[in-house]
Amino acid sequence: MKKKNPVPLLEFTSKGIYCSLADVYLDPWRPVAKAIISHGHADHARWGHKQYITHQDNVAILKHRLGAIVVSGKAYGETFSINNVTFSFHPSGHVIGAAQIRVEHRGEVWVFTGDYKIKNDGLTLPFEPVKCHTFITESTFGIPVFHWPDPVEVHTAINHWWAANNKAGRASLLLGYSLGKAQRLLHFLDPSIGPIYTHSAVGNMTAVFEGTHAFPPYQNLTAETSKKALAGSLILAPPAATEASWLRKLGDYRSGFASGWMHTRGARRRRAVDQAFVLSDHADWPGLLAAVKATQCENVITTHGYTDLFAQYLREKGWNARTEKTNYEGESIDPKPTL
Amino acid sequence: MIAFSTLIQQLDQTNKTNEKVLALRNYFLSTPPEDVLWTIALLSHRRPPRPVTTTLMRTWAAELAGLPLWLFEESYHIVGDLAETIALVIPESTATLKPQKLNMLMEAIIALKPKGEDEKKKFIIDHWQSLTGLQRFAFNKLITGGLRIGISQKLMTRALAQAFEMEENHIAHRLMGQWTPQNTTLDQLLFNPNPEDLLSQPYPFYLAHPLQDRPDQLGECAAWIVEHKWDGMRGQLILRQGKWYCWSRGEELISEKFPEFEAFLSLPNGTVLDGEILPYKAGKIQHFALLQKRIGRKNISPKLLEQYPVVLMVYDLLEWEGNDIRAKSAVERRELMERLFDQYQNQNLPWLLSPSLHLPSWRAVGGERQKATAIQSEGLMLKRADSPYGVGRKKGDWWKWKSDPLTIDAVLTYAMRGHGRRTNLYTDYTFALWQGDTLVTFAKAYSGLTDEEFRKVDAYVKKNTLERFGPVRRVKPALVFEIAFEGIAPSTRHKSGVAVRFPRILRWRHDKKITAANTLDELKALIVQ
Repeated sequence: MKKKNPVPLLEFTSKGIYCSLADVYLDPWRPVAKAIISHGHADHARWGHKQYITHQDNVAILKHRLGAIVVSGKAYGETFSINNVTFSFHPSGHVIGAAQIRVEHRGEVWVFTGDYKIKNDGLTLPFEPVKCHTFITESTFGIPVFHWPDPVEVHTAINHWWAANNKAGRASLLLGYSLGKAQRLLHFLDPSIGPIYTHSAVGNMTAVFEGTHAFPPYQNLTAETSKKALAGSLILAPPAATEASWLRKLGDYRSGFASGWMHTRGARRRRAVDQAFVLSDHADWPGLLAAVKATQCENVITTHGYTDLFAQYLREKGWNARTEKTNYEGESIDPKPTL
Repeated sequence: MIAFSTLIQQLDQTNKTNEKVLALRNYFLSTPPEDVLWTIALLSHRRPPRPVTTTLMRTWAAELAGLPLWLFEESYHIVGDLAETIALVIPESTATLKPQKLNMLMEAIIALKPKGEDEKKKFIIDHWQSLTGLQRFAFNKLITGGLRIGISQKLMTRALAQAFEMEENHIAHRLMGQWTPQNTTLDQLLFNPNPEDLLSQPYPFYLAHPLQDRPDQLGECAAWIVEHKWDGMRGQLILRQGKWYCWSRGEELISEKFPEFEAFLSLPNGTVLDGEILPYKAGKIQHFALLQKRIGRKNISPKLLEQYPVVLMVYDLLEWEGNDIRAKSAVERRELMERLFDQYQNQNLPWLLSPSLHLPSWRAVGGERQKATAIQSEGLMLKRADSPYGVGRKKGDWWKWKSDPLTIDAVLTYAMRGHGRRTNLYTDYTFALWQGDTLVTFAKAYSGLTDEEFRKVDAYVKKNTLERFGPVRRVKPALVFEIAFEGIAPSTRHKSGVAVRFPRILRWRHDKKITAANTLDELKALIVQ
């Protein structure tokens, strides 16, 4: 029988998920001295911490987004200790450089997922289940209506849609988050259809991965780019790029949005895009269930998304599951000013 | 069935009207006539009665998906559409059913209605398991009805007109009335109508647009006919070959509800009148609420007829001496109608003539509008004097200029998730007024705020929930809204003791604390005695 820790290994405080033994926070939402960061999205990697520890592939992302910060990078599986608490990063499959954070003390293991997906996206190292006692999981899509289609088919559909617009002499405006979704979309675009342009938020983010990941040729859309040059092209932009003055520059175009939310008709109508593509960097319902099972955990803590419903379902299935309030947002259907 | 579900997908995938019409047109041209007929029926609210209750469908879907019923229900409230929720939770199957034609499937659905529960369950589950996602959704829509897929009857009419190279107005007229796909064919309906069917066929109703600004923009006041906007039920009275028919705006034959209209048979054959059915007693127009007592009843007893008599307030003449005169100007139609009214004045018919208010200026028209409520009118109607009688809600010739609504400041007490595009946002609200130091519910409203405001209220609801009842949350009373409504009447069915018509949110009163909201007594004081 292992010796019980006097306080929980991880606690939920007003600043973030806190490990008191190591005096360190995981993905804190208020400025702290030492932060371990799961991935580069704005709701997990915030500005203002004195010291950042993250996966090595996420270092460049954090520097791009947060500027001059004190940050150290670790490899997947590499352990490091703070006050006898052992930490390590494990692939979460969410976006490039994203990791689950494993925390161990005297044989007790907790895993914090940050965000994750199970399906291989062809660009990010796939999710790796980590055995643990307590699993702190996202549940953005934690209700049973979400079953993702095969992403390969979705990428094919995107290229078909682009080709049809190209043939009609129209531009295709494809919306997806600047970090993660945009690179994934770009990676699978077929450059033989036409030229690819990026909104500067997407282009500048993608430039961070030049040399480590393969992308078809693309260039940033600038004030000088003519409508004529855009006809038949594909323009990759963040969901928040809906400002009328910017859209006017695109000439005749059709819009598409790639998101897990596009799985339901109500959300599709709310976004009012011409074409919806169901493509998410989060786990769907079967994915969440598979992940929980694979960890062989006893305790589950849900942090964001349909937290209450997912936890209640897990309790009925025999897990000791509960919800903790955090400031994480997961994937949002509405445009918001995050990268 | 495959073509039909593909059509639904195509219509779903675009928000551009022209593309929707084109998709429909192509579907009409490439689909067998019996399936076209069913599609027209389904898109014009002529679905057959539901063969199973939605409760059973929920139970079976949860069972098949291996989910606890509460989780299915929660998912339904989040998705906001039952047909879609069922299609999404049931795992995709690989076995596919032999494709079925739409008309065969619809006939099977109709035949299912009288069968036992086991047989119904087998039929539905067999279909769920053998259809793919999209077809499964379409199948569920056919069973549950209410095919809301962003296609108005007007758009469908336009697509039919393009497909069969006919005039839109002709198609709209042909589609009127109480036909079903079982008692007609596409050929009979659109191309070679049966003369007997034409006898009872109503004309499409012309509908007015709300006037947003002052009427000055409409040009000279003299070029318009101004009438009151009577607060009753729209009705079209048809007199042909010694028979009479009365149709509602919803294209329902309502002759049986108003047996007193039989008296109109003394008018000449080949006459069609457009007007408003109003409760009328002792020489006075009564409140709309009294008409509801008639509409709601299945059996119209002599006692009921005596208690709640009605009149037809006529305001247009569509057919005269057997001829369709809708193309004549409003002034000419009115002249003929007034002559008819004069001629039969002494016959004691249950009718009134909606007077044309001859007012010298828009200023005088504005003044008249303020007096409307006192005579059970909702405001004014402005009809362009030289305009023909149109089809549907065509903008420009008929305007409704309603009186300013009544308003009251109320407190938000409960919120429910919205449906459709508002899924997942708390947008359906319950409002309360003070009675002593308690808040009493008086109305529900779910329109009138901007998307941005809805998002703010949604965030408030999520942070200030006191209790949850399924999709409904009781929230901490703190927000005050100005609620507008069209009418108010005493009610024994409402806790507050009053019923208001068309309540909606006028604005968010950020400047008011809940203590400054109105009282129930103040609301009751608005009831006109």
